[in-house]
Amino acid sequence: MEISANTQAVAYLISAILFILALKGLTHPASARRGNYLGIAGMAIAIIATLLGSEVQSYGFIIAGVAAGAVIGTVLASRVQMTAMPQLVAALHSFVGMAAVLVAIGTYLNHDAAGTLNPVMMGELSVGIIIGAITFSGSVVAFAKLQGLVSGAPVKFKGQHMLNAAMAVATILLGIHFGMTESMTSLVLMTLIAFVLGFTLIIPIGGADMPVIISMLNSYSGWAAAATGFTLGNLLLIIVGALVGFSGAILSFIMCRAMNRSIINVVFGGFGSESGGEVSAAGEAAQKGVKSASVDDAIYWMEDANKVIIVPGYGMAVAQAQHALKEMMELLEKRDVSVKFAIHPVAGRMPGHMNVLLAEADIPYDHVVEMDEINSEFPTADVTLVVGANDVVNPAAKSDSSSPIYGMPILEAAKSRQIYFLKRSMNPGYSGVDNLLFYQDNTSLIFGDAKDTIEGMVTALKGGGH
Amino acid sequence: MPDTLVALYIFVLSCFIGYWVIWGVTPSLHTPLVALTNAISGIIIVGALLVTGLDSVGTVAELFGFIAVLLASINVFGGFLVTNRMLAMFKKKDK
Repeated sequence: MEISANTQAVAYLISAILFILALKGLTHPASARRGNYLGIAGMAIAIIATLLGSEVQSYGFIIAGVAAGAVIGTVLASRVQMTAMPQLVAALHSFVGMAAVLVAIGTYLNHDAAGTLNPVMMGELSVGIIIGAITFSGSVVAFAKLQGLVSGAPVKFKGQHMLNAAMAVATILLGIHFGMTESMTSLVLMTLIAFVLGFTLIIPIGGADMPVIISMLNSYSGWAAAATGFTLGNLLLIIVGALVGFSGAILSFIMCRAMNRSIINVVFGGFGSESGGEVSAAGEAAQKGVKSASVDDAIYWMEDANKVIIVPGYGMAVAQAQHALKEMMELLEKRDVSVKFAIHPVAGRMPGHMNVLLAEADIPYDHVVEMDEINSEFPTADVTLVVGANDVVNPAAKSDSSSPIYGMPILEAAKSRQIYFLKRSMNPGYSGVDNLLFYQDNTSLIFGDAKDTIEGMVTALKGGGH
Repeated sequence: MPDTLVALYIFVLSCFIGYWVIWGVTPSLHTPLVALTNAISGIIIVGALLVTGLDSVGTVAELFGFIAVLLASINVFGGFLVTNRMLAMFKKKDK
């Protein structure tokens, strides 16, 4: 069976509508799964309509590729741990980037063989290759940083920005040269430089800025698909590329706004580092005039509280403390304590990271509240428990205009009656800024692994408390 | 109107749709959003199929196309599946 170009165009339109509705489904958790199914339907229609079209004549390689991809994709998706989601996403972004490069070069080879090259098309496919290559190598670096294969600390060297700018200009010039002369050498050079550029663009960015980087690479992968759509004259690719491109761009914007930094500042900034010696935590704390507390102290306040707010951060993910938190939440609720989770937009390593981890632990999503909504509730909270977060509750962001994080919107944990920090050490957050909240009279620090500490609280609560 | 210009029209209008739809997404679902857009950007598979399936392809183009089909399929299957896994975890309080 073969379908006409018109039938195919209609199928593509239906597919595009389904994708838009799929994204629309994510407006609310209740409609989100249906949205995902609509997306699957859109993809199935697009693939079938393409295979039945007149352009596709040989199927051997296609069947082999789809079958292998299906197996690998299914295994990856069903095995991945929720804490490793940022890595998986980075890996998948790199695949889209590489696929865009390969499709563009393959298109060039096909049209070259058929003698149907033209300058507009070559310009378009150059754009596809450049964006695709940057997406690929940038995502590989992001993956390596997230997976801990390389240090998450920013890698900076002198003249870095000049080098990047020079490479960016070189890829564009080579692309123009390629468009005018059909020179294979320019094409290859352009591709190679673009791969290097993706690499050097992402290495100066620190691990804690990953939410922005993941969003940005998400955006690039969309633009790469759109550029491929222009090359092939395929409107479906253009529509979907624009949707994905904008999605990533908006997420990048939301993440930057939540840190009160511009995208330029994130991309070129290389903010802080994650390393630093773990000097004897409690000793240093005492020196600085910080109170440390025990699990029992915290339980004493929490079990009779009306309201407890928990602020999770990346430290919770590292310690895998979400399941213990869920158990603690249930025990507290049995004592009529209201428990809520307060989420800062940039907590974790990708947008919405904390929400997924809490959902994984079966914590109902109506207990999980975004920053703008929960901030008015901190003054009425008896206890705020900060689990592996730091900068996002630092009042210096509001009061100290000389602080690097000044102006960043924060969770106003400082206003609650009692504040307990679960910390491994006295190391400051990724910004390297000292947290003013540590020195507040009603703040105490509980040192140790977050998961162990919370499990200790669970045991204490089960034992009937005090 | 030349085809490239039509494509540009479609592109710009799609950007507007993307803008409005994405702002409506609830922040708690931002990770599934990234995973879903990831799956959807696997639409690049359409380009890969066109390159690979061409009757008269030379071996290099066919090889490139094959790898592109493979990578894009990983995205499509992996992306939708992992999104589904995540969304299944978002529950209201049922007790």
